[in-house]
Amino acid sequence: MQLLNTLLIGITAGSIYSLMAIAFVLVWRSTRVVNFAQAGMALLSTYFGYEAVSRFGSFWIALPVAMIGGALFAALVELVLMRLLVKHASSGPIAGVAPIIATLGLLGVIKSAITIIWGGQDQRIVAPISNNGFTVNGSTLVFSPLKLFILVVVVILLIILSILFQKTNLGLALRASAHAPEIARLSGIKVDAVRTLGWALAGAAGAVAGLFQTVNGNGNLSPDSSEFSLLLVSGFIAAVIGGLDSLLGAVLGGLFLGIAISFVLMYVSSGLFFIAPFVILLLVLFIRPQGIIGVKVGRRA
Amino acid sequence: MSLNVSNLTVHHGAICAVNQVSIAVPTGTLAAIIGSNGAGKTTLLRALSGLNKPTSGVVNWMGERITGEKPEKLVRMGISHVSEGKSVIPELTVKENLELGAIWRKDGKEMKESLEQVVSIFPRLGERISQRSDTLSGGERQMLAIGRAIMSKPKLLLLDEPSLGLAPLVVEQIFQTIRDLTTQMRLTVLLVEQNAMGALKIADLGIVLNLGKVVAVNHAQALIEDPAVRAAYLGY
Repeated sequence: MQLLNTLLIGITAGSIYSLMAIAFVLVWRSTRVVNFAQAGMALLSTYFGYEAVSRFGSFWIALPVAMIGGALFAALVELVLMRLLVKHASSGPIAGVAPIIATLGLLGVIKSAITIIWGGQDQRIVAPISNNGFTVNGSTLVFSPLKLFILVVVVILLIILSILFQKTNLGLALRASAHAPEIARLSGIKVDAVRTLGWALAGAAGAVAGLFQTVNGNGNLSPDSSEFSLLLVSGFIAAVIGGLDSLLGAVLGGLFLGIAISFVLMYVSSGLFFIAPFVILLLVLFIRPQGIIGVKVGRRA
Repeated sequence: MSLNVSNLTVHHGAICAVNQVSIAVPTGTLAAIIGSNGAGKTTLLRALSGLNKPTSGVVNWMGERITGEKPEKLVRMGISHVSEGKSVIPELTVKENLELGAIWRKDGKEMKESLEQVVSIFPRLGERISQRSDTLSGGERQMLAIGRAIMSKPKLLLLDEPSLGLAPLVVEQIFQTIRDLTTQMRLTVLLVEQNAMGALKIADLGIVLNLGKVVAVNHAQALIEDPAVRAAYLGY
């Protein structure tokens, strides 16, 4: 029973990491930038959700508000900040790292803005569903109705995302622009607009990850939340494990990381909370440097 | 004249890659553009499809001035560019690569008809329609790249070194296909080639570039017989 419990907790946490990893991958694919502000953007979106909860009193409004707010904010960041920086990125070593440094700067700006708007103290988002564990054969699990709900929502979002990417013209445009922007342009795709859309989708995925990370944790929300540091690190590591370029890889990477961390905490030591993801990252990089799904770039001639 | 280029100049940074080029290509003409490495052939094509911005000069297409327009607009005006080096997307399937060519057309029925047309021209692509395109041979990839261009219903086809890296027999086949397409679909084609002899043999018009300038324009057959061109580009 403890084994199943550990597995389910790992899958739930992992599904949240998957969403965050997808956000990293979408941004990487559209602009070749590792967006260190991703967790900051997720945090801001979660505050949007918090604002919706406190105004309308319903978590069910918070989820779409956070997603739309996160998507719009991410699109704005791409349009106003990243577009010019990324265009000039090939002109030299300083211009080359400028977009990444800019995302670090943005992270700071977002945190300060949150502190100014909502204050530095903890705010609370109460989950609409019980996080008290299911009881099976008289023993209580950590796996709860809330965790089940999170899992179901993530699975639904992943299905929608995979239909969007695999079955629609928009998805084809997104994939073509990611792999070969020049061929995409020659095929008539407005690659700049597709890039903005990639960021927007990443913003929405990050928003859901942020909201779920908060309610799956203690429900507290603050500009310096350690939950969000963990989300940033885990999401990024999951994306790298998955090869950074693959959406399926991001999902598998997230689940793998979530389950692995859950088992380490349960069976090795719960004190390894912050070090475990890094050790797992190093192990993966030693064994499969191209990630689980990743392809060696050299083959593309 | 469907394509009229006058005094076109394109720079790569400080280097002048295309220098005051003027060419006129009538509708339905297959024009071979030959010249040694660095003659500006690829840059000329990239300027025509909108990938490179010209410094000066004018490009007219079907009576409309298109100088400096973006590729995503030009493809809608019937200009399709198959860029150098087997321009297919290896991560996508054959079918997806083809659909990409028609993605801006939005009309599902037309897309299906074009797909059937391309498959009838290149039956090999039909056999491999759901494979990832990195499983194709070099020749098949070139067919796919041309097929993608045809999917966008082009009137002007810009082909950059379709013979590059292919076996002689496959090269012959690709060249023959290009000739047939030009005639059957009444396309205007600019064919940039290192394989000067192969290209001139199927072309109506020959254009020789050297260091960014046009040094000779003539009927393709006349160029083949021109002793100076033979010595410099045909190697005998």
